[in-house]
Amino acid sequence: MTPTAPPTARPAPTRQDFASDQEVRWCPGCGDYSILAQMQKIMPDLGIARENIVFVSGIGCSSRFPYYMNTYGFHTIHGRATAIATGIKCAHPELSVWVMTGDGDGLSIGGNHMLHILRRNVDVKIVLFNNRIYGLTKGQLSPTSELGKITKSTPVGSIEHPINPVSFAIAAEATFVARAIDSETAHMQEVLKRAAMHKGVAFVEILQNCNIFNDGAWDSLKDREVKSDRLVNLQSRKPLVFGKNRDKGIRLNGYKLEVASLGSGVSESDLLVYDETETDSSLAFLLSREGRPDFPVPIGVFRDVVAPTYDELLSKQIAQAQAKKGPGSLKDLIYSGMRWTVKANGTSV
Amino acid sequence: MATKSQAANNNKPVEIVDRVTIRFAGDSGDGIQISGNQFTMATAFAGNDLGTMPDYPAEIRAPAGSLPGVSNFQISFSESDIHTPGDAPDVLVAMNPAALKVNLRDLGPGGTIIVNSDSFATANLKKAGYEANPLEDGSLEAYRLIPIAITQLNAKALEESPLSKKERDRCKNFYALGVIYWLYDRPLQTTLDFIAEKFAKSPETVAANQTALKSGYNFADTTEIFTSHFRVRQAQLPPGEYRNITGSESLVLGLVAASQLAETPLFYGSYPITPASEMLHELAYLKNFGVRTFQAEDEIAAVCATIGASYAGSLAVTGTSGPGAALKSEAVGLAVMAELPLVVVNVQRAGPSTGMPTKTEQADLLQAAVGRNGECPVVVLAPATPADCFSMAIEACRLAVKYMTPVYLMTDGYLANGSEPWRLPDLASLKKIPVSHAADAKSFEPYQRDPKTLARPWVVPGAPGLEYRIGGLEKAEVTGDVSYDPVNHERMVHLRAEKIRRVAQDIPPTEVFGETSGQLLLVSWGSTFGAVHSAVERVRAKGKKVSSVHLRHISPFPADLGQILKSFETVLVPELNLGQLRLLLRGEYGLPVVGLNKVQGRPFTIGEVQQKIEELI
Ligand SMILES: Cc1ncc(C[n+]2csc(CCOP(=O)(O)OP(=O)(O)O)c2C)c(N)n1
Ligand code: SF4
Ligand SMILES: [Mg+2]
Repeated sequence: MTPTAPPTARPAPTRQDFASDQEVRWCPGCGDYSILAQMQKIMPDLGIARENIVFVSGIGCSSRFPYYMNTYGFHTIHGRATAIATGIKCAHPELSVWVMTGDGDGLSIGGNHMLHILRRNVDVKIVLFNNRIYGLTKGQLSPTSELGKITKSTPVGSIEHPINPVSFAIAAEATFVARAIDSETAHMQEVLKRAAMHKGVAFVEILQNCNIFNDGAWDSLKDREVKSDRLVNLQSRKPLVFGKNRDKGIRLNGYKLEVASLGSGVSESDLLVYDETETDSSLAFLLSREGRPDFPVPIGVFRDVVAPTYDELLSKQIAQAQAKKGPGSLKDLIYSGMRWTVKANGTSV
Repeated sequence: MATKSQAANNNKPVEIVDRVTIRFAGDSGDGIQISGNQFTMATAFAGNDLGTMPDYPAEIRAPAGSLPGVSNFQISFSESDIHTPGDAPDVLVAMNPAALKVNLRDLGPGGTIIVNSDSFATANLKKAGYEANPLEDGSLEAYRLIPIAITQLNAKALEESPLSKKERDRCKNFYALGVIYWLYDRPLQTTLDFIAEKFAKSPETVAANQTALKSGYNFADTTEIFTSHFRVRQAQLPPGEYRNITGSESLVLGLVAASQLAETPLFYGSYPITPASEMLHELAYLKNFGVRTFQAEDEIAAVCATIGASYAGSLAVTGTSGPGAALKSEAVGLAVMAELPLVVVNVQRAGPSTGMPTKTEQADLLQAAVGRNGECPVVVLAPATPADCFSMAIEACRLAVKYMTPVYLMTDGYLANGSEPWRLPDLASLKKIPVSHAADAKSFEPYQRDPKTLARPWVVPGAPGLEYRIGGLEKAEVTGDVSYDPVNHERMVHLRAEKIRRVAQDIPPTEVFGETSGQLLLVSWGSTFGAVHSAVERVRAKGKKVSSVHLRHISPFPADLGQILKSFETVLVPELNLGQLRLLLRGEYGLPVVGLNKVQGRPFTIGEVQQKIEELI
């Protein structure tokens, strides 16, 4: 039962080996196709045998994902994939366990479990498809929909403040937090690979377009003309530079972030040098808050820190107990405490 | 040695009695549960059969001396085989006025009341709502009242102890216990040993508590209050090694045993809730048995993580009580659909909603049997006694794995906290639980069923070539692919129902106590076994004809049950709800069934059941 390294006798798997025989049923043009394609593309590079990979999901368009991967897969119930994945990983720590979830599945009905899998640092990789809408139920408000948004369930505009998934994950002290965009395929592959390699919980938000119920939700970040000015790609231990001509940067002013133009007395050395391995999550949180129109949206890895995982600590406690007390003896356990014997003649001793 | 001096002092006549029921009552802070447990151990060692029932407030530290703060412990012991902690106590030991007030109504006529008279001062009387001192106003004339100045006597006995006054005063529950030990001729040794172990860090505390116990004993021996004492002869229990055990403890041992019999590691996911938390506490200690416990963020996560563990090949169990069981229902439906083994233990308590958390009830039966969306059949089992929780935990795991299905194991607060002597099983006699994981990729189909049990294969991720996808969407027969085909759905609904029905082939023939046909049959389930069985015994002892059947398997019912029911003119179902088993029996067999129903957060007394039987015959 214990998985081993990929058997050398088998030919190296290809992208096609990770595609199941099921017909993909998302709407044509849905951003989910890109996420599936990038996932199938990176899988052969991870060096993990197919049989040791499990994709777990809740309910939603995004949660159909496991059916399309030729690995083990469990399409469960709405919001609970994180809890089910926790059980799988704890029971069978050798498996590579992935959770595919949506903004509603992961942050509305499953918000509680999301918080707890992140803070526990269970070694599970979570990919949250953020289309800022409920796709499968045909277009209601989601917890990431913007204030004022008109949807089927908010005909005169949403009166709710949205949650920012990356801020949520950082606040829960997830040990790996990243953001990618469905249309930035090479970048997404990089981010997914980094998540896979991280030991501990990994949370990846993917900005995904639902072309049926919330088309264009992320267009302002996708337009070829302006996207270099609207995105800043986080590069660890490098100054935060962005812009079409790489002529702008982000710097700290007190404890506020601001955009600075390079040249005219400002050089790269004045900019914020971002370090994703910093255990103090304050700066990561500050960056994640950015949504101002004049400020670029950070993508890439916000946080990648080392901490013991829940599943590893659990296994360790068991190993230590067994080393100390020996493997449990049922006989000793049952025949313990204060006992007495009734003899055949009925007397007790 | 205490036992010697004890023998030397025994100079008052001994009366032989066959059964005694004592209730200890006092403030939750008075050490009532400890006194009760100690008396239980001493009684077990004296060779009596026994049954116990603790009853304590939900508040952790209710105000001292107040009515809600009263904590009780009842024990019944006998020279013959008994099945309950007794109906009305013969003796009430009340450590304060509140304890007297709360428990008096349960005391049988002419019952004995032993009180700590020192605690009947104005302030305590007021807290208990007494206008006059009941020890003095004649209101207790119908009883045998024995006031003892326990606080003062205890203080005097401990005059030489170096402990503070407050610490010495805390020993008084052992003083009182010593009196009762003399009165019922119990050996002191188990309790002396207990004190030595419990307070090992402080020799002064050991000495003071041991002195209090012995002084109480000697006081009773010498005082003129007691002219004789009582002895209950050893019970004729089947030979073997015994220990006294609560339902929570034996259930945990059963789960660990099942894990070993199945050679499959145990995963236990749970969220704390009274009265189910003890199982989580106990299992968390058993890490060297490879037990993985997971305290989840709520009951939904607890059952979901448990389903995940089952999917990944563990023997997966989640435990809770009613409100938590309600939260788990959607996920249990997933396990029904995915056909994964899962055991859900529901230690029922009085509901609905938060209800009365520390009180017992059997009102979650329908929730377990049918309380899910869709046609969602599961196996439902219920242990009969605290010790029976061991066997039924193994049975639940065995059926879950064999039929690839969720199994509900319905206990309750009374079973979980109550105790009885348990004849320790011969481990070699426990049957292995065969577990096999599909491994052959060529012949593998996720929903290919075993022709006999209709179970699908259990596949554990990690098996090369068997990668498959499942979920809560309807499955195509055999392949397990997602299917919306109307005919397929209907067939799958029937297959899942039939699979549960086939569990009946694993249920042993139903034992009928008494004649197999006649005028009246009682049908009981779960923790009411003791009261119902005893009541039937009593009526039969009078030469009247009445029979009973106790169900451990409720879904499905045993195959022979219908025939048995039809052989009686009247079927009576006593249960601690408004008639849930009755409804299921009527639905299944279309027979008229009479109910005896009680919902007071308390078990049946034998007398209540007996009275109903006598009304009907
Ligand atoms: C318990 C429960 N409540 C409600 C639903 C209905 N439901 C299915 S998916 C969904 C929302 C999905 O939104 P999201 O997670 O954002 O996924 P998307 O479809 O957008 O990918 C809802 C409300 C359900 N399946 N189960
Ligand atoms: S509804 Fe939206 S999210 Fe769902 S498949 Fe269609 S485009 Fe994609
Ligand atoms: Mg969505």
